[in-house]
Amino acid sequence: MIGLGLPRGFLVTLKNFVRAPVTVQYPDRHVGLFGAAKEAGMNPFRFVVKRPVDSIKAIAGLATVPVALEQSPRFRGNEFTFYEDRCTACASCAKYCPLGIIEIVSVPGKIDAQEGESYKLEVFDIDIGRCMFCGLCVEACPYDALHMGTKFERSTYVRDELIVTLDELNAAEKKPSSFYRPQFEENAFDPYTETVDDHYDAGRHERPSDEDLKKKWVDER
Amino acid sequence: MAIKTQPVTVNLGPQHPSTHGVFRLRVMFDGEEIVDVEPVFGYLHRGSEKLAEERTYTQIVTLTDRMDYVSPMLNNQAYMLAVEKLAGIEPTQRGVWLRMIAAELQRIASHLVATGFLLQDLGALGTPLIYAMRERENILDLFEMLCGARITNSYLRPGGVFMDAPTGFWLALDRELVDIVNTLDELEEYLSGNEIVFSRTKGTAVLAPELLINASITGPMLRASGVDWDLRHRNPYDYYDRIEFKRILHTASDNYARYWVRVQEARESVNIIRQCVAQIEPGPVRPSFDDVPRLIRPPKGDAYVAIEGSKGELGFYLVSDGGIAPYRMHVRAPSLINLTLLRDMLIGGLFGDLFVSFGSVDLNMGEVDR
Ligand code: SF4
Ligand code: SF4
Repeated sequence: MIGLGLPRGFLVTLKNFVRAPVTVQYPDRHVGLFGAAKEAGMNPFRFVVKRPVDSIKAIAGLATVPVALEQSPRFRGNEFTFYEDRCTACASCAKYCPLGIIEIVSVPGKIDAQEGESYKLEVFDIDIGRCMFCGLCVEACPYDALHMGTKFERSTYVRDELIVTLDELNAAEKKPSSFYRPQFEENAFDPYTETVDDHYDAGRHERPSDEDLKKKWVDER
Repeated sequence: MAIKTQPVTVNLGPQHPSTHGVFRLRVMFDGEEIVDVEPVFGYLHRGSEKLAEERTYTQIVTLTDRMDYVSPMLNNQAYMLAVEKLAGIEPTQRGVWLRMIAAELQRIASHLVATGFLLQDLGALGTPLIYAMRERENILDLFEMLCGARITNSYLRPGGVFMDAPTGFWLALDRELVDIVNTLDELEEYLSGNEIVFSRTKGTAVLAPELLINASITGPMLRASGVDWDLRHRNPYDYYDRIEFKRILHTASDNYARYWVRVQEARESVNIIRQCVAQIEPGPVRPSFDDVPRLIRPPKGDAYVAIEGSKGELGFYLVSDGGIAPYRMHVRAPSLINLTLLRDMLIGGLFGDLFVSFGSVDLNMGEVDR
């Protein structure tokens, strides 16, 4: 009916006005006194007594707590997780990358945990400044040595720092994504709270049998 | 006494907030009226078709994500169907169902964007757009669960998808479908009866069905003029022949009709997804590497496959010379072809309607320029 459309529209706006916000404050969220006390793990009274300066800040609305974004474990992120012990320097990943940004130099003479005698890596550089996180390199790796990471904050002032070297890869925190690695999903591994430092714990990627798939399907629905 | 006016030429874009991308319009006005329009595009040309010639068939998926970046899943689907036809790959059942679900979700997301921006162009800055985007955000979260990325999905592989849906996806999907219907209800609640929207969109930029057909316009724009042309129904690909769905038609062929068709189509997509979920069965999601190796070498020949994209007929034409990369790839981009009627739409209209009509084409510069 003519004339009713506008009020109905405003009613929708009003409904949304009182709705809980969907916006996520990132990377920090402003909290009041109670939030700050909760973050410090104390009850508010204790917090006021123990940390008066912080309490005043919190009351003035200046206290912040860091916020973790909700991500799926399959998130194809930055910070590749790499297990050198498993890598045979086969260079499948380098060949499969659409941009050709993985550089591998290898020499013979390594005894591999899985494959016996194999090649040893001298250089394993990923230029993640150009990487588009498509995950094809991870999909290509036959030995489950390379995994996608789950983080995404890696800004630098210099482009060259975006080339991740072998040492950096080895030293990085190992929070592999379950992208193309169903073994993590089966173990309900959560990269946002756990790490896998030893490659023995990472498991190998084997295709589940059709029976297993059927069972999983029935359980889920 | 009539006021004497002089035509003025105004440059809109390429960095204009309403041009839906890097697009430039040279418009000649006479007072409020548009006398002449000259579109200038090509600012976002990245040479995707040329780049494809030196990449293997699987690697090209990453390029298709970046063409129409509002509906990458549909691009993936169209491209994969072309590869499957070219190389004679038989897709796995579960893979096809999964990619249909993903594609329909993507269609909803794309139509939500189109509707949200239509309101933005009408001058309702911000709020209604955010209502639509909020729901799209949830759909993108589902994509993150499926494939680990929100926009640059690259979810599809020749013969299926790369990984099965994770635990928890199906529950989240059920919940999301209910939410989508609620959001669409809400959108319609304040739009479909809104007098301001009526007066601004009804009867503006009317295009005759004959003109649309002759200019080979497809998608919601064509269906808004009453022509029943939907490739999912006319030429079913994947398993669309196993699915019942209403064809959405409107006869007015104005800006309102185009908005209305998109919203109703999004509703119908929810229906399609429900049927897909009911019919999907356990099994492998992609053929084994013995059947379809990572490096495909299709026999010499060519293949063209078109699907009903969110904006119209989205086609991929591939020519193979027997090697690991296509000899030539060509994309029939619906945005580009729908843009060809811009002059017919805009000339004679008013300045205030310019961006509304322009937005109702639902174009995406990533796809126009490629
Ligand atoms: S994620 Fe993609 S672009 Fe990045 S290194 Fe791997 S294959 Fe190359
Ligand atoms: S594909 Fe895997 S095993 Fe081969 S070089 Fe790359 S990381 Fe190492």
